[in-house]
Amino acid sequence: MWARNLLFIAVCIAGLLAIGDQLLRRNRIDRPADFEPGRFAAAATPSPSPGDIGQTLARLNSEFRRYWQAKQLDIAPRADDLTIARRLSLALTGTVPSVEEIRALENVSADERLEWWTSHLLEDRRHSDYLAERLARAYVGNEMGPFIVFRRGRFERWLSDQIEANTPYDEVVRRMISERGVWTGKPAANFITATSDPTKDNQPDEVRLAGRTARAFLGMRIDCLQCHDDKLGNVNLGYGSDSHSGTQADFHQLAAFFGPTSVSLVGVHDGGKPYETKYLDAEKEEVVPPQVPFAGELIESYASRREQLARWVTHPSNKPFARAAVNRFWALMFGRPLVEPIDDIPLESDAYPPGFQLLADDFTASGFDVRRLLRLIAASEPFTRDSRADFQITAAHEDAWAAFPLTRLRPEQVAGSLIQASSLSTLNGEAHVVLRIAMFGQTNEFVRRYGDLGEDEFTDRSGTIPQRLLMMNGELVKERTAENPVLNATTRIAMLSTRPEKQVEVSYLATLTRRPTEAELAHFVSRLQDTDGGDGDRRTRQEALEDLYWTLINSTEFSWNH
Amino acid sequence: MTIDPACHSPDHYSRRTILRAAGLSGMCWLTPLAERLARAADRSPQGAPAKSVIVLYMEGGPSQLETFDPHPGREISHAVTKAIKTRAPDVLISNWLPQIAEHMDRISLVRAVVSKEGDHERAAYNIKTGFRPDPTLVHPSLGAIVCHQTKDNVEIPRHVAILPGPWAPRGGYLGDQFDAFKTFDPSGPIPDVTAPVHKMRAAKRLDDLQNVVETEFARRRLKGLDAKTLHATSIAAARKMMSSDQLKAFNVSSATDSVKKEFGDTPFGRSCLAAVQLIEVGVRCVEVTLSGWDTHADNESLVQGRCEVLDPAFAALIEQLQERNLLDATIVLWGGEFGRTPTVNAVGGRDHWPQGFTIALAGGGIQGGRVLGETSPTPKLNENKPLEDIRDHCYVEDIHATVLHALGIDFAQEVITPIGRPMALSKGKVLEKLLA
Repeated sequence: MWARNLLFIAVCIAGLLAIGDQLLRRNRIDRPADFEPGRFAAAATPSPSPGDIGQTLARLNSEFRRYWQAKQLDIAPRADDLTIARRLSLALTGTVPSVEEIRALENVSADERLEWWTSHLLEDRRHSDYLAERLARAYVGNEMGPFIVFRRGRFERWLSDQIEANTPYDEVVRRMISERGVWTGKPAANFITATSDPTKDNQPDEVRLAGRTARAFLGMRIDCLQCHDDKLGNVNLGYGSDSHSGTQADFHQLAAFFGPTSVSLVGVHDGGKPYETKYLDAEKEEVVPPQVPFAGELIESYASRREQLARWVTHPSNKPFARAAVNRFWALMFGRPLVEPIDDIPLESDAYPPGFQLLADDFTASGFDVRRLLRLIAASEPFTRDSRADFQITAAHEDAWAAFPLTRLRPEQVAGSLIQASSLSTLNGEAHVVLRIAMFGQTNEFVRRYGDLGEDEFTDRSGTIPQRLLMMNGELVKERTAENPVLNATTRIAMLSTRPEKQVEVSYLATLTRRPTEAELAHFVSRLQDTDGGDGDRRTRQEALEDLYWTLINSTEFSWNH
Repeated sequence: MTIDPACHSPDHYSRRTILRAAGLSGMCWLTPLAERLARAADRSPQGAPAKSVIVLYMEGGPSQLETFDPHPGREISHAVTKAIKTRAPDVLISNWLPQIAEHMDRISLVRAVVSKEGDHERAAYNIKTGFRPDPTLVHPSLGAIVCHQTKDNVEIPRHVAILPGPWAPRGGYLGDQFDAFKTFDPSGPIPDVTAPVHKMRAAKRLDDLQNVVETEFARRRLKGLDAKTLHATSIAAARKMMSSDQLKAFNVSSATDSVKKEFGDTPFGRSCLAAVQLIEVGVRCVEVTLSGWDTHADNESLVQGRCEVLDPAFAALIEQLQERNLLDATIVLWGGEFGRTPTVNAVGGRDHWPQGFTIALAGGGIQGGRVLGETSPTPKLNENKPLEDIRDHCYVEDIHATVLHALGIDFAQEVITPIGRPMALSKGKVLEKLLA
């Protein structure tokens, strides 16, 4: 009898050791398919081919260096690999890296790590899902939208598929503007039906579509022209001698491209009536002809007005299109756009920020290759600067990207990081379905309470009291730090290693993606050893680890990008 | 497509240009200019009777015909609809609100409110902010404006939403710190205000956080880190709240049984009682939501059910505010995002109707027993001329202007938004007839 019991215990211990081995040591992560260590190296060769990505990166960096020099700003040093890995992971997947991923990354040779890590993240389905959710806010807003004719889930899945396949960005946008058919079978059509007005038989709203098209795809806010002409020269349309202040007609003629668009049981189609409006001071409504507000020479004949508009918006010579995209992807990477506000980029300016036009030109020349753009930003000097330096960092350094700007993480990034940090292995598409469902439900509830930022997502924000209460005392933090060998890292760490130094290190890696400093290590090791607090407050090692986790999760470092 | 009347002024452009040149950016409420604006707000009309607001938000859009604007015996009404006399001479309301009828001498009705939003989410935004949704800007809700314009020494959040639906009031461009603090059925203590571990362990955790981890993070980083993140500041405020005696105001369990009974044994009733307790300890704005008014089918019985919850709670709210000498300083605002159609559809429901619906106001200097505006008992329902069926109409923003004015807030003042565009707090007109 005893022998059987002993055998059972031995099997359990062996099982735990096997899991521990898998979680803490073994590299379960495959080499990314697109991993190309010499990607940016060609620029160093005597005659790099035109359009070479290494050459673009070199020019991008030199534009920034000249800019910093002209402003006489000190430049923060390069951040360490793990800090950059955390930034990239937050930007591309919305969570911090897992301990498992950190270990795999550290096995790659130092000069290839950034390339390996970027490739690893870009190939993860978490990336396309996360980016699709973020981009959808700009394309269809954050509102629940009209019931039945609008399917956000379908739209986001479609967008995620496009990102995963790296479909050229111009094609994605063309599909959104010009798609026909039912919103379920042709998910891009939800761009149109998101504006359907339930009080008007679900017909799409041309005015909202015109405003949305200008903001999301051209980076231009012309919404105010809906009501009146711009008499003060703030909305300038047209180039060079054609430049003029925006007029009400500019807005409504753009809206007129969506005039014939209708929604019925057969989906979105183009058989409706032409667009009519009543201009300010006019007596009655009039039919408005479709006309683009600038660069009219780029308009070509196509089957439908929407197709015509889609081709014009995405025309390689229509510069605002690539600029708007660069500004948005930059913002997704840094938490702050290059040109602020994100969708109010002047049509012509001699004061664009460094790298802006260069990235836009490269994006156009590459056939609107989103992955290439993301890789360029990830490898650039601004993205790899530290947010620490030996000189005093001021707002001026952050504004000029001479130090990495601190930005508050979005609620879903905090929730995702919190759940990821409480697990040692990666919670991606391959994670157990029960874990993923739990993660989905907990994320939604947390985001609701933390405060969803909606569509307006790149404004400067500070922390709030309800957020602190939620992090200090809330259920999710309590659940995710409490004793639970299946779900929680604290229990696993306590089970798998008895050395306090190791336990502190793994806790830091899982939450803050770094190792503790010497002072921190010494402090927390003594906390873990001294479980009899000297004041009669006896804690178990498990409790001491929970306290450590709580402390790390409640830090500025955890809820800010840095 | 018609022109949006909420955006009729091009003059913000000139100021926008000037301010941009002045280099204002995201943290503009911390700039000297914003400080001057705040000081100007301190000097705003003193002696205004109202200090705080309770918003009773009827999510879904309540039918005006079965609540405060009945037309019994008319074609537009259900056969069972009856009107009853109230304490206000000549003011009739639905017989499903008998307890409120006893307080109508303190409540006034605006019966022809008009908006341009017929979708729940957009209309909810409109009713809470006084502005139509603008894709480039999030406007602050009424409570956020009140908190932004006043200073108090209260240990708990001054802007509270009880039983909020998906569109809880926000701080918008004034900042997230003015978002409503969301809480649910006040039958027990509120969540997240008790440390999950023993006091001594909690103190150690905080000590390690501030003295070890935060110190390390701040080293060699941005000058004035906490001014940007407000991390330590909000932790301090959260701790102050956690230990505050004022937290009791969120919990109605210690109220006497007779008071609890007055409000009705429902989450909404309890929330109205909590609202009174919160106002009593100095909270500036409480919004209480009663959902279930979206009666596209079976309007008659659904509205009757809602009225059974609303009637005792609203009446007790007025009564308790009066008893505690708070009514003169507290505005009570009742309404939904829109009303319901005068016609009844094939399944006995009423659909969305933003073209003449009722909002009720009481307290805080609002005169009681008055009725502004009128809806036709025999509407023509000409789609192109909806205003023909109503008299003396007003807009949603006029309700906002009136409430802000009663609170002594200069609502026409322009506040600088984070994108450098000045915005008036409200673009409405004061409904003087409610105040004089």
